[in-house]
Amino acid sequence: MSTASVATFNYKVVRQFAIMTVVWGIVGMLVGVIIAAELLWPDLVLWDGLQWLSYGRLRPLHTNAVIFAFGGCALFSTSYYVVQRTCQVRLFGDALASFTFWGWQAVIVLAAVTLPLGYTSGKEYAELEWPIDILITLVWVSYAVVFLGTVVKRKTPHIYVANWFFAAFILTIAVLHLVNSAEIPVSLFPMKSYSAYAGVQDAMIQWWYGHNAVGFFLTAGFLGMMYYFVPKQAGRPVYSYRLSVVHFWALIFTYMWAGPHHLHYTALPDWTQSLGMLFSLILLAPSWGGMINGIMTLSGAWHKLRDDPILKFLIVSLSFYGMSTFEGPMMSIKTVNALSHYTDWTIGHVHSGALGWVAFISIGCMYYLIPRMFGKIEMWSVKLITLHFWIATIGVVLYIAAMWIAGVMQGLMWRSVNADGTLTYAFVEALKSTYPFYAIRLLGGVLFLTGMLIMAWNVIRTVAGAKAVEGPIPAVVPAHA
Amino acid sequence: MDILVLLIPLSVALVLAIGAAFWWAVASGQFDDLDGPAHRILADDDSSDAIPPIGPAACADVGEQHGELTSIKGGRDSGH
Repeated sequence: MSTASVATFNYKVVRQFAIMTVVWGIVGMLVGVIIAAELLWPDLVLWDGLQWLSYGRLRPLHTNAVIFAFGGCALFSTSYYVVQRTCQVRLFGDALASFTFWGWQAVIVLAAVTLPLGYTSGKEYAELEWPIDILITLVWVSYAVVFLGTVVKRKTPHIYVANWFFAAFILTIAVLHLVNSAEIPVSLFPMKSYSAYAGVQDAMIQWWYGHNAVGFFLTAGFLGMMYYFVPKQAGRPVYSYRLSVVHFWALIFTYMWAGPHHLHYTALPDWTQSLGMLFSLILLAPSWGGMINGIMTLSGAWHKLRDDPILKFLIVSLSFYGMSTFEGPMMSIKTVNALSHYTDWTIGHVHSGALGWVAFISIGCMYYLIPRMFGKIEMWSVKLITLHFWIATIGVVLYIAAMWIAGVMQGLMWRSVNADGTLTYAFVEALKSTYPFYAIRLLGGVLFLTGMLIMAWNVIRTVAGAKAVEGPIPAVVPAHA
Repeated sequence: MDILVLLIPLSVALVLAIGAAFWWAVASGQFDDLDGPAHRILADDDSSDAIPPIGPAACADVGEQHGELTSIKGGRDSGH
């Protein structure tokens, strides 16, 4: 019935990634809950031969699943949607876009198999071994071609600011991955490779990669989401478009050198550590500029926040973004870092950003996108979105508060010395004191996972019996209202 | 810190690339209008009820079970 004359957007790939965002979110967070339980009950899975489920094997699986599977699918989905809608043109390269979906899923499945088996390159957030690294490279280059190809063939003269954020995220991640994962393969069966760098050089590269991955994967990409979905869901233009442009250029010009703050008081030269701290402090300015810009979009229409749980997710995510981008620079100050480093405070900080910012904004965007991908006006149940919001919020707050208290306590106990110079506490005493907070953290994680399960149910009911749709491309570029 | 031989030139190259992108954006008039683009994304109606019934979107049953769920209108009211 539908003739080829109706030009449509490529919703298929957006839809695929959107659904998998929810699936991988549940998987990644479930693994997180398991390892949180293992910290509470260390012998939980360590009976005969179950080393595949031990903390050391599952921890990288958790981080890879939530960052690259859950966060990655959310980024693919939203960037493909935003670039098509704002450029008013179908995605460039249908086959290539399809390859990015299946290729990325293959990477995730390979990670889920190889990490529990113990194959790891040992580089944090880049644990996957060399054959998978090659596949990631292929997928990522295809992603860049699809995204930038769409921008190039756009029908609107202006490139909306969200696309700048997405483009910077895609290109920078390509560079980071290529440089950090430079390695010399030793064998395919079993997979083994050695990093091209050694010692402190390797550490420097690792955290140059590690922190820029936070900056470009977990920040720039999600800011792209924020600049599209917050105005759309609020039905209002972003507070200051001018500020959003300044935000973008300021952020990408200043981001690159924050990494050394992960290596305070190590073999890294002192001046490099101080440089990392300085750049980390500078980052507070663009980060807060963007946070204020997003939240102030609701200026004069705050009442929308009361009724609309999707907006609640989006705006609260910005609050957590503001909190963690304040906390991060503070923790990068060397004297603060002397207290916080290696403690659970760091874990609290990461989850304030990962759950509060990244997961909340992704969840909000998925609640916006999924009904649209299936010809529905809204999700099956808005009340369940509200329920999800409150359960998730309580979960995050419990999680990060527990880790803050535990972290500061650990830092103080570790550094405490008696008058004669001996340590006041043995390590195990600090661990014992931390124990109740591990229980609270587990509870917070269970609540957050419960929220995701509620979301999955809501998604199933929204999608059940619904037909997948392809949005028609408006015949004319909408005139400026 | 031999690694700086790699990292510093890489940073310089990236900053030059970013600078070139910025130069291109300014020169090609990307930032001549810093109000319109914010409104233009709202003029693009991407709600499901904007999909014409003749299209591939068979969405006749849209909202049939949502009688009581009228609280979310974000984004939909902008294009009408």
